[in-house]
Amino acid sequence: MKQSKQYYLLIIPVVIICVAFFLLPMVKLLWLSLAEQNGISYWYILTKPMYLKSLLSTFLLSFVVTIASLVIATMVGLFLTRYEFKGKSLLVAMLSFPLVFPGVVIGFFVIMLAGRQGLFAELGLALVGERWTLAYSISGLFIGYLYFSIPRVVLTVMGAAEKLDYNLIEAGRSLGANRWQLLRDVTLPALTPGLISSGSICFATSMGAFGTAFTLATNLNVLPMTIYTEFTLNANFAMAAALSLILGFITWLCLTIARRQGGSSLGMGG
Amino acid sequence: MYFYLQLAFTLLVCAFLIVPVFMSITAGLTSNYFVGIKSGFTFRWIIQVWGLYSDTIWLTMKIALVTTLINLCVGVPCAYYLARTRSKFSAFLDECLTLPIAIPGMAIALGLISVYGGFSDFRMSWLFILVGHVIFTLPFMVKSVLAVLQSINFRLLEEGAASLGASFWQRFFHVIVPNCKTGIVSGILMTLTLSAGEFNLTWMLHTPITKTLPVGLADSYASMRLEVSSAYTLIFLGMILPLLIAAQWLNRKPKRPA
Repeated sequence: MKQSKQYYLLIIPVVIICVAFFLLPMVKLLWLSLAEQNGISYWYILTKPMYLKSLLSTFLLSFVVTIASLVIATMVGLFLTRYEFKGKSLLVAMLSFPLVFPGVVIGFFVIMLAGRQGLFAELGLALVGERWTLAYSISGLFIGYLYFSIPRVVLTVMGAAEKLDYNLIEAGRSLGANRWQLLRDVTLPALTPGLISSGSICFATSMGAFGTAFTLATNLNVLPMTIYTEFTLNANFAMAAALSLILGFITWLCLTIARRQGGSSLGMGG
Repeated sequence: MYFYLQLAFTLLVCAFLIVPVFMSITAGLTSNYFVGIKSGFTFRWIIQVWGLYSDTIWLTMKIALVTTLINLCVGVPCAYYLARTRSKFSAFLDECLTLPIAIPGMAIALGLISVYGGFSDFRMSWLFILVGHVIFTLPFMVKSVLAVLQSINFRLLEEGAASLGASFWQRFFHVIVPNCKTGIVSGILMTLTLSAGEFNLTWMLHTPITKTLPVGLADSYASMRLEVSSAYTLIFLGMILPLLIAAQWLNRKPKRPA
């Protein structure tokens, strides 16, 4: 009996921290979101175009970013696992560094690439005599979200591709399958769990990415920005709470799917 | 043919990720970014950033170090407990610890403000940010130690130690802790990088007197010259790149079978 007491001693601090600074605030948030006229905020989210539009556009943007990252990262990941060449480890390192850059910094990188004095602007000026500025519109957000999603998916794809059974590919090849048939019938099905898990992580991250949107200060109301405006400018705490809980629920759902597929949910940020 | 096509594509993706980093490094060291590199290199912007924002840099380091210390004292025992016991309670605890990764930082910050916003001494101090950082980074520490514990047969080691008469705490500190050293080190690196770069929570929790580096970054992006913002980003990268390289080096080392 003494034994089990000692085990409980080990987790008392964790339990205190978790209850006081996580569970309690979450419960309070739920209570706040329901307090005002029996949770009318939730009804508003579904009926007022302003909130619904914010929710839907965030959803759509995250979905498109996820698909784009999956396609790009699968191509890169398969290439990097299949071939050995000089400088490969450097490429892998470069692909994985951006994983932990905070969203604000990524927002700044988007400005560097596609802002008023950015690379694209210079390029456009040189090519067609017109500055291409994408940074402060939805395309800027797209570039930023792509920036932090690609590394995430590439690393998962590489992890999954390393475990690929090359005998199957050889067998397929000897049976006369061409490149695309091999990709469609052998490689992609084997990668599917990894793709689902990293796809849901990247969807969740894009849904909650506040820093990037904040830096680019777009007029586009993505969900985190809507929550922020409701809280700071409109002082509408019930609405901010309700929106955060919905956002939290969506990301939690995504990460649960990711975990079911055996993926690790490391490096949330944005 | 296919090889070069794929190589070109991969290089393009790498360029997309790396070019902005180099651009902001050069911009931070260039005298006048509009004129370009031919205007000469200078440390002027870095010095200016240091004058404006050095307090955010110290505060960021302080919070990151204290967060790591708390994660060590609290997270390692917790990981051991989770590896050791299989009960409904430990499953629930595991879920509660992982949730802060899933819940967006803003939601956690709003919750913290709604519960503790009224305690103005606490609200105004850096401890308020610290609390947020601990909640956000603790799961990463627990998970990385847990992963190591699950990959070694620590029960056998413990039984051996127990049969030699080691007490519970002796076993914990002299058998368990040394054996999950790699997990602890990667947990430390992860905590330091995540805490140094945390923005989503921190932006909501900070007050004018408690600003961390990422908060200052957002501030400088909004109001400063491109060169100043770049110089500040350069300082930030200088802080976290060593941590990242260390983490990569640690991951590359072949794992010893236990």
